[in-house]
Amino acid sequence: MPVKFEGLPREMIAMRAAKELKDGDYVNLGIGIPTLISNWIEGMDIVLQSEIGMLKTGPLASGDGVDQDLVNASCQPVTQIPGTVYFDIVESFAMLRGGRMDAIVLGALQVSEKGDLAGWANPARGLGDVGNIGGSMDLCAGAKRLLITMEHTTREGDPKIVSELTYPATARGVVNMIFTDLAVIEVTPKGLLLKEIYPGVTLEDVQSVTEPKLIIAPDLKEIQL
Amino acid sequence: MDKTYHTPEEAIADVGDGAVIAIPGFFACGVPRILLRTLIKKGVKGLTLTCGCGPLVGAVEELTQLVKNKQLKKVIDSYGLFRSMSKGLEDPFEQAVRAGEIELEIYPMGTLAEKYRAAGAGIPAFYTPTGVGTVVEKGAVSNMPWNRAATKETRVFDSKKYVLEYALKPDFAFVHAYEGDREGNLRYRRTAKNFNHVMATAARVTIAEVENMVGLGEIAPDCVHTSGIFVTRVVEVPRVSFAITID
Repeated sequence: MPVKFEGLPREMIAMRAAKELKDGDYVNLGIGIPTLISNWIEGMDIVLQSEIGMLKTGPLASGDGVDQDLVNASCQPVTQIPGTVYFDIVESFAMLRGGRMDAIVLGALQVSEKGDLAGWANPARGLGDVGNIGGSMDLCAGAKRLLITMEHTTREGDPKIVSELTYPATARGVVNMIFTDLAVIEVTPKGLLLKEIYPGVTLEDVQSVTEPKLIIAPDLKEIQL
Repeated sequence: MDKTYHTPEEAIADVGDGAVIAIPGFFACGVPRILLRTLIKKGVKGLTLTCGCGPLVGAVEELTQLVKNKQLKKVIDSYGLFRSMSKGLEDPFEQAVRAGEIELEIYPMGTLAEKYRAAGAGIPAFYTPTGVGTVVEKGAVSNMPWNRAATKETRVFDSKKYVLEYALKPDFAFVHAYEGDREGNLRYRRTAKNFNHVMATAARVTIAEVENMVGLGEIAPDCVHTSGIFVTRVVEVPRVSFAITID
C-alpha cells in the first residue's frame, strides 16, 4: 500500500495558485480546485472568462438572484457585474484557442514529466477514450500559461505526477506549473523542478509519491501562502 | 416576409426519420426544450443529434425521453456523459451507448463550434491545433469500432502540427431565442446564446423557438444577434423554468 501524506486542503491549494495570477490577467478557471481560486482574487484586477460565453463573470448567485439564462461553464448560477460581456461560442473559443488568455487553471488526472496533461477520460469508467473532452483540449491549445491544481496522489495514494501518461492525453507539453497539497513544481525543459514543499513532509516523502525524479530548487522554500 | 408558425408541431412538420438535427445549449442553458418535446410527441426515429456541450446532461427530461423512445441513432457532442460515474451508470443514454444501441461521437468543444461555423460560412474543412497528440488526432472518437478506422490528416504550419477537421452541416437546427420577429431576426439572453447562433447559420433549415415574438424593428437593428437570413421558421413558445445545476 502506498503511503498517503496529509497536505494542504483544497482551498489552500487554490490560494497558493491564485498568487501566480496578476493584475491585468484574463483567466479561465476549470472545474474543481481551480474554481476555488475565484475566492482568493477578490480586489485584484483580473477578468474571468467562462467558455459558455461570458467575460467578467461575477460571484455565484443565490435566492432571487438566480437566473436560468446566466450560468458559468460548470452550470452554476452566477451574476453579472459592471463590465460583463456576453458572446457566442465561436467568439469564446477564439479567445481560448486564439491565445488571448494569460492563464488557464485546470485540474488533472495525471501530469507527465514533459508537461503532458491527462484530464478528461478516466479509464475506470470502462468506456475507453469515449468521454467528456469538453473544452479542455481547446483551453490547452491556446494557453499562454497553463497551471494545474490537484491532489498530489490519487485517493489510493498512487502518483498523479508520472513519467509517461497512462490515461488519454488532453494535450502534450503544455503544463507550466503544478500546485498540489504537497508541493509547487515547475515544468522545465530539464525536468520537474521542486520549488516549494509542504512543511509537514520531507523531500523524500514528496519524491516517494512522485514518479519522475524531481530536481530540487537551490532556493527550495516552504509553500508560500 | 413572414416566417411565423403558429405551433411547434407545424414548425417541425417536415422533420422525418433519420434527420440530422443540431441541438444547442450549454448543459441546461439555452436548450430548445419545446421543440424537443414536440419531437418526442412526433415520434420520428433514427435521429442524429449534433450538440455542442451536453444538452443531454442538462435537459435530461427531454433527451432521456428520446432515448427511452428509441428515437436516437447517434449523438455528436463534446460532453455527452454525466460527470459522476455512478450517475452515468443509471443514465439511459449512457446505458444505450455502452450497449452499442446509440453511437456517441466526441469532439473538443471548440472544434465543434468551428465545425458549425465552417458549415455556415461555406468552408468545407479547417486545420486546428486542438487535439494534436491525443486520440482526437488519430481519428473519430466513437464507441462504434467501425467509425474509428478513418485516420485524420495533419499538416505542419510554421513548425507546429495541426489536424484537419470537417464542417458539420445538419439538416435542421432547433434554436432557442429570447426574442424574435416574423422575419426571423433573433436575440438571445445572456449565456443562453452559446451554440444557438452558430448552429442557426450551419443548418439547411433553422427552426427558432422564441420566448417573445416582437414586432419588426422592436429588436434594435444593432442588437440583432442572428439575422433572419439564417432562420427558416419562427414559433413563439412559453418560457419554461428548469433546474440549472447538473451532477
